[in-house]
Amino acid sequence: MIAVEGLTKRYGGLVAVDGIDLEVQRGDIYGFLGANGSGKTTTVRMLLGLVLPTAGSIRLIGQPMPRSARQVLPRVGALVEGPAAYQHLSGHTHLALLDSMGPGGDRGTRKLRIADVLEQVGLSGVGSRPIRAYSLGMRQRLGLASALLRTPELLILDEPTNGLDPQGIREVRELLLGLNRVGTTIFLSSHLLAEVEQLCTRVGVLDQGRLVLEEDLAVLQAPSGRYVVRTPDVEKARIQLGERVGLHSGHLLVVSCESPAALNEELVRAGVRVEALSPERRTLEEVVLEATGPSSDRVESA
Amino acid sequence: MIATELRKLLLSPRTWVTIALLDTLPTLVAILLALTDLGPRPGTGPAFLSAVLTDGSLYPLAAIGILLPLFLPAAVAVMAGDSVAGEAQGGTLRYLLIRPVGRTQLLIAKLIAVIAFVVLAVLIVAVTAYGVGTLLLGNGDQAALTTSVSGSSLSSNQVIWRTALALAYATLSMLGVAAVALFLSTVTDSPLAAALGALALLIGSSLLLTLDAAHTLQPYLPTRYWLAFVDLFRDPILWRDLTHGALLQGAYVAVFLGAAWANFTTKDITS
Repeated sequence: MIAVEGLTKRYGGLVAVDGIDLEVQRGDIYGFLGANGSGKTTTVRMLLGLVLPTAGSIRLIGQPMPRSARQVLPRVGALVEGPAAYQHLSGHTHLALLDSMGPGGDRGTRKLRIADVLEQVGLSGVGSRPIRAYSLGMRQRLGLASALLRTPELLILDEPTNGLDPQGIREVRELLLGLNRVGTTIFLSSHLLAEVEQLCTRVGVLDQGRLVLEEDLAVLQAPSGRYVVRTPDVEKARIQLGERVGLHSGHLLVVSCESPAALNEELVRAGVRVEALSPERRTLEEVVLEATGPSSDRVESA
Repeated sequence: MIATELRKLLLSPRTWVTIALLDTLPTLVAILLALTDLGPRPGTGPAFLSAVLTDGSLYPLAAIGILLPLFLPAAVAVMAGDSVAGEAQGGTLRYLLIRPVGRTQLLIAKLIAVIAFVVLAVLIVAVTAYGVGTLLLGNGDQAALTTSVSGSSLSSNQVIWRTALALAYATLSMLGVAAVALFLSTVTDSPLAAALGALALLIGSSLLLTLDAAHTLQPYLPTRYWLAFVDLFRDPILWRDLTHGALLQGAYVAVFLGAAWANFTTKDITS
C-alpha cells in the first residue's frame, strides 16, 4: 500500500528526512515511531503530497505520489498533526463541506456517510453546536470522522489519540482494530510506544531522519532466550548460578538457560525458593531506545 | 469546488459582519445629510454627494463613491488576504489539499469567492443606499430628468443602466487588490500580514498619485482609475479612463495570480 524508496527532504542545509525506505503491505497496521523532530511528520506530509520530496520516490496504493494525487488521495483517509475544522460550523456541516471538495465524495450518499462516521467515532449526538465549543477529545474524534468519511482503503494517522482520555484511547483502538479487520490498512505515526505496542503488527523506527529499524512486532518481541526468576533468596541463587546471571535487581534475576524446567529444578535443589519464572521479552521501549540516539528535543552545547 | 467556496463564504459570519459594517457609513452619511440638509459644495467631497440632496435615487452612486477609496478595498484586502493564509493558520489547508483539491483549482476558487464577495457587498450597499436615499432624501422630481456631469439631461432609463455599469466598474476595480492580497496570502501563513501588505500597496499607490514627481508611474498604479466611474455620467460617456482602468486591473490580476500560482503550486505546506 505504501512503498517508499530513498525518500529525502532537505530544508536548506538541514536534512529532515534522510533517504528512508518504507514498505507497508495491505492489511498491515504499521507503527511509525520516532522522537519529536525525528522527521515523522515531514514523512507523513510527503506521503500525502503536502511537502514535495527533495529526492526519492513514493507509491501509494501502487501509484506514484504526488503525481497521481487526484486518483490516489480519495482512497486515503488522513489525520495530519492534529485535527482542524471550520470553527463556526457544526460538525455535520463541516464534514459536508469537506466532503464536497475534490473528487470522490458522492453527493447522494453524503448525509448517510456523515451520520455513519459520526456514529463510528462516538459523536452521533453532538447536534448543531459549533466546533468552537468542542473539547479537545471531540475535535480529535471529528478529525478521525473526516478521515473515515470515504471509507478509505488506507488510513494515515498522525498521533490519532492525542487529547483523548483513557476511555477515548481505548475506543479509538477498538475502532481502528475493527476497521483493520474489514481490510483497512493503517499507517500510524506516534511517539506513544504503548499505543503502538497494543495496535501494530509491524513497526518502523525513525531517528534523526533515518529509518533505523523496520520489523514485525512479533519478531522484535520474540523471547530472548533468557528467563526472569523471582525469588526472596537472591544471594543463594546468585552463588548457585554464578556466571549465568545477567542482570539482577530487587528480587528479580535474569538468567541465561536452555530449559526453564531444568533451571527451576536446579534452583529448588539448591534450596532457592522460586516465586515466579517467566521468559524474558523485550518491551518495545527497550527495542526503540536501543535503536535510537538521545531525544532530539535536547539541545546541548558541543 | 467553486460552489463549495461560495457556500463557505455565505456560511461565514465574517462575510455578513463586514458587509453590515460597509453598509453603515453610507447610511450614516445619508441620515446626516437628511437631518442637516448640508451637502458638500458642488465639485468637492465624494462624487455625486452634492447631487443626492435633490435626487435620493442617485444615492447608490454616492455610496459607492464613499466606499471605493478606502473601505471597500480594505474589506477586499482582508477577505482575499485571509483566503489561503486563513486556511493555513486554521490548519484546514492541509485537509483541503489531501481531499484532494488541486492547488491551482483552490486558488481560482478563492479568487472567485473574493469576487463574489465584492459583488455581494456592492449590491447590498447599492440596494440599501437606494432605499435609504429615496426614503430620507426624497425621490427628487420624478418628471425632471437627471442632469449629467456634463450638464445635459439623462433619462431615468439611461441613469439606471449607467448606474449598473458604474457598480460593475467598481467591482472590477477591486480585482487588482484581490489578486495582490491573494498572492501575499500564499506567501505567508498569517492572514493579517497578507491583508496589511495589500493595504500598504493601496496606501502607497494613493500617496504616489498626489506626488507630481511620480508622474511617470501614475498610469500603472492600481488606484489610478478607480474613480473613473464618474465618467459614465458624462455625455457622451468618456471611455478612455474606464478602459485604461479595466486593462490595468486585468494586468494586475494576470501578474499577481500568476505569481500566486507559481508560488503556491511549488510550496511545501507545513502549516
